[in-house]
Amino acid sequence: MCENHNNKVNCFVHVDSGLQPVPLKCIVNGEQVCTYIDPTMTLLNFLRRELKLFGSKEGCGEGECGACTIIMNRVAVNSCIVLALEAMDANIITVEGLNISGKLSILQREFISHDALQCGFCTPGMLMSARALLDRNPDPDEKEIKEAIAGNFCRCTGYFPIITAITSAAKLEREEMKNE
Amino acid sequence: MSDKQYRHIGKSSDRVESLEKVTGQAIYTVDLELPGMLYAKCLYSPYARAEIISLDVSEAKALPGVKAVLIGDDIPYLVGIYMVDKRILARGIVRYQGEPVVAVAAIDEKTAELAVSKIKIEYKKLPSIQTLDEALEGKILVHEDINELEYCKGVFFPQPDSNIASWNKMIKGDIKKGFAEADIIVENVLTLPAVAHVPMETHVAIAQADTYTNKIKIWSSTQSPFAIRKLLAKALNISTADVQVIVPYVGGGFGGKAGIHLEPLVAVLSRACNGRPVKLIATREEEFNQLPTRAGMRGHVKTGVKRDGKITATEIYYDWDSGAYADYGVNVGKSATYSGAGAYEIPNIELHSRTLYTNKVFSTAYRGFGHLETHWVMERQMDMVAQKLGMDPYEFRMKNILRSGCHTISGELINENSGRPEDCLAAVAKEIGWTGYQSEEERKSNSKAGKLRGKGLACLQKAPAMPPHTSTSAIMQMDDDGNIRIMLGVVDIGQGANTVMAQIAAEVLDMPMEKVKVMWDNDTDHHPYDWSTVASKYTFMGGNAVKKCALNMLQQMKEMAAQVLRTSVEDLTHGDEYIYHIHHKQRRIKYKDLALGYAYESGNGIGGPLIAKGTYMANGLTFLDPVTGQGLPALDWTFGAHGVELEVDIETGDIEIIKIASAFDIGQAINRKLVEGQIMGGVLQGIGSAIIEGYKFSPEGRLMNPSFTDNKIPTAKDIPMEIVPILIENPQPDGPFGARGIGEHPMISVPSAIGNALYDALGINFYKLPLSPENVALAIERQQ
Repeated sequence: MCENHNNKVNCFVHVDSGLQPVPLKCIVNGEQVCTYIDPTMTLLNFLRRELKLFGSKEGCGEGECGACTIIMNRVAVNSCIVLALEAMDANIITVEGLNISGKLSILQREFISHDALQCGFCTPGMLMSARALLDRNPDPDEKEIKEAIAGNFCRCTGYFPIITAITSAAKLEREEMKNE
Repeated sequence: MSDKQYRHIGKSSDRVESLEKVTGQAIYTVDLELPGMLYAKCLYSPYARAEIISLDVSEAKALPGVKAVLIGDDIPYLVGIYMVDKRILARGIVRYQGEPVVAVAAIDEKTAELAVSKIKIEYKKLPSIQTLDEALEGKILVHEDINELEYCKGVFFPQPDSNIASWNKMIKGDIKKGFAEADIIVENVLTLPAVAHVPMETHVAIAQADTYTNKIKIWSSTQSPFAIRKLLAKALNISTADVQVIVPYVGGGFGGKAGIHLEPLVAVLSRACNGRPVKLIATREEEFNQLPTRAGMRGHVKTGVKRDGKITATEIYYDWDSGAYADYGVNVGKSATYSGAGAYEIPNIELHSRTLYTNKVFSTAYRGFGHLETHWVMERQMDMVAQKLGMDPYEFRMKNILRSGCHTISGELINENSGRPEDCLAAVAKEIGWTGYQSEEERKSNSKAGKLRGKGLACLQKAPAMPPHTSTSAIMQMDDDGNIRIMLGVVDIGQGANTVMAQIAAEVLDMPMEKVKVMWDNDTDHHPYDWSTVASKYTFMGGNAVKKCALNMLQQMKEMAAQVLRTSVEDLTHGDEYIYHIHHKQRRIKYKDLALGYAYESGNGIGGPLIAKGTYMANGLTFLDPVTGQGLPALDWTFGAHGVELEVDIETGDIEIIKIASAFDIGQAINRKLVEGQIMGGVLQGIGSAIIEGYKFSPEGRLMNPSFTDNKIPTAKDIPMEIVPILIENPQPDGPFGARGIGEHPMISVPSAIGNALYDALGINFYKLPLSPENVALAIERQQ
């Protein structure tokens, strides 16, 4: 029976961690976020349940499949095994932040034109691993691309179109840089 | 063959939903949150077989935030697609480790988890059926009540007082005579383990059960909304009209989301919670050990051949380790009868396929529907027979391959338009430079730095496994601005059905793709009927329905235009969004001016809004004879072949695939890019089955590898150096634009081709999957 209520049918007290909420301040897709969270909450659940950013997916909850990959302080991480409070003062980018200018990024466009997705469930995580790679290495070779997405499972595509899309996006991004 | 005559068919259009998928806007069932939604969790059996002695859920029920706790006794319903053998929650006895026993609905997942931890169950552990031989021996019955189970009669054949859920047979000719005629008889036993589907989105279902009426609304990550509607209504004894199934984007299916799974459980939970929506998300572990898998299998094959390489007789026993419930497993077993001997002409055959109950996680449909398994047996056997004959396995296959004029083992006449497996085999052999097995000397000279190279071939075939009277339908409307909206019963789970259907509609109507929209999400209350998104049958069946639907719309437009243009329908043609006179082309009218009916300048109106329909029903097919298995089960055969070149490390047993060429006679590619995507994805999934994946059970029947740590799928680092998709296009006259299905086929026979290449590399025949580094290295060591 709930301590605060006598009517168990209508009791809405969440049995959470029982710990005091902690403050969290970070930047998500360029916007400042400031809130209180359960300290046991994962970063993925924070993004999905609190911020309602449903692009990042949970495929295993154990950091094995990469569906939850986001970029935190320029590094691709599995947000299902990162605590939200670890993101204090961090700069976070999710799939929703890839087309921040309101139009599709080159990477997203290349995923479409090379059909680097089928069911689409791994796509947000795959895009974020690719984005982090291209941010630190604008001219990756095939081995480096494979390495960067080796933690992102895809059951549909056989990875070939994904590798082609990333290779092509890298080339186009370099050309764009040159033109700017 | 040439796609030049078409505007859209054969072109590599981008998939229609890709924008949503690259921006994170695509909403899957797992993303849905509904007002008042509750979350469910289950308690699972820790034992493969045990009696439930006592069950105490009082503490769980008392926990604040818990809204319902259900046990098997609360839910007297049985479900099952072909054998009605499964309870929504176990009652009295548990039949596999992972079987749900208690379900909780609470205000959030953590509360539900906590409640589950407070449930007390006392079990009496019982001896269980863990091997095929134990199952066949039948000392213990997985289903004591097998004689009383309701089942689909005349199609499946459960054997009384046994663990045989169905024994299906194929008998043609006289094998005694056939074996007597043979110069050589080759007999082998090959096996493969159960394998998980691994959709990236696990099974998820939400139900909202109206407490005032029988109405139930389901949101599910499923391939089969119409099957769920029918089976759920049957299980709960309500009307089909009471059930509405909505399917948002689906994060992969591969057969595992065909049929009915979590939906009945969330439905009864919602009823128990006064109609609040209840959501159940399978964890990855539950996806492995609670939800169904692909069955393990053992194939015992005996082939008789003449010296010249002509097959005279084949006898096969396929025994399926199908787990605790029949689900689709019995139908997998059934399709093994008419398709389980491969793409060859066999004059005398006896094929027995036994789907066996065992105390393991149960099996269901899996991309390939038994064909990867049966072809592992048959295509390895073809090589082993060739070895005994001292014949090139390519020549041996070509000698027996199905050609125009041949009959399949179920008695279907193959004609020149049925697809040509010989073209596929020839294409892949050429692509990998096949010149026959290496000699021992060649093998030695080709080996470098502890690595040996080999090449292998394998053929394949598959037709949709479906009832002979399967049907589908399409509805099409035109908006005021001339855009087309199409409603279909198919679920686009990533295979690209909606893109392909848009291409077909745009082709028939001769209009741009951008103006043709296929409606997501699939909703049984709003979309017309389709049987189920399975069997690689939708391009063929849905394509025909959409083609007819578009033609129906054209006809309606022409009838209206004939009045406006004061001519007859026969004198009208269409193109580029106009209906126009065949001679006076300037006498024309734009589609959009007919969309809502035609309005004259005076204000007069004729016609009405354009709504077209198209249906397609499989025709000419028959049930199989219950005794001999003879009959016409195949809507369309897609034949194919793989050629593999690989390198194997003799120290580590590691296989590196240098090249895999995969050819399929698909009649006509509707979307080349999507077809190639199916091939690359399917081939890699086949490589997973060949080299990496497989369930491991403890002797007591506990699944030892229910996680990605121990049950991996191929990653980007496991891909071959090269996959070469080859599209052979011998059109099928009754397919849409000549097309056949391709979804499942690419993974079939990949393990066989790799196994055959390993023989070429090592001179060792492998009989067991997976061909993991460990298994390969051990075999090499044994040989030395």
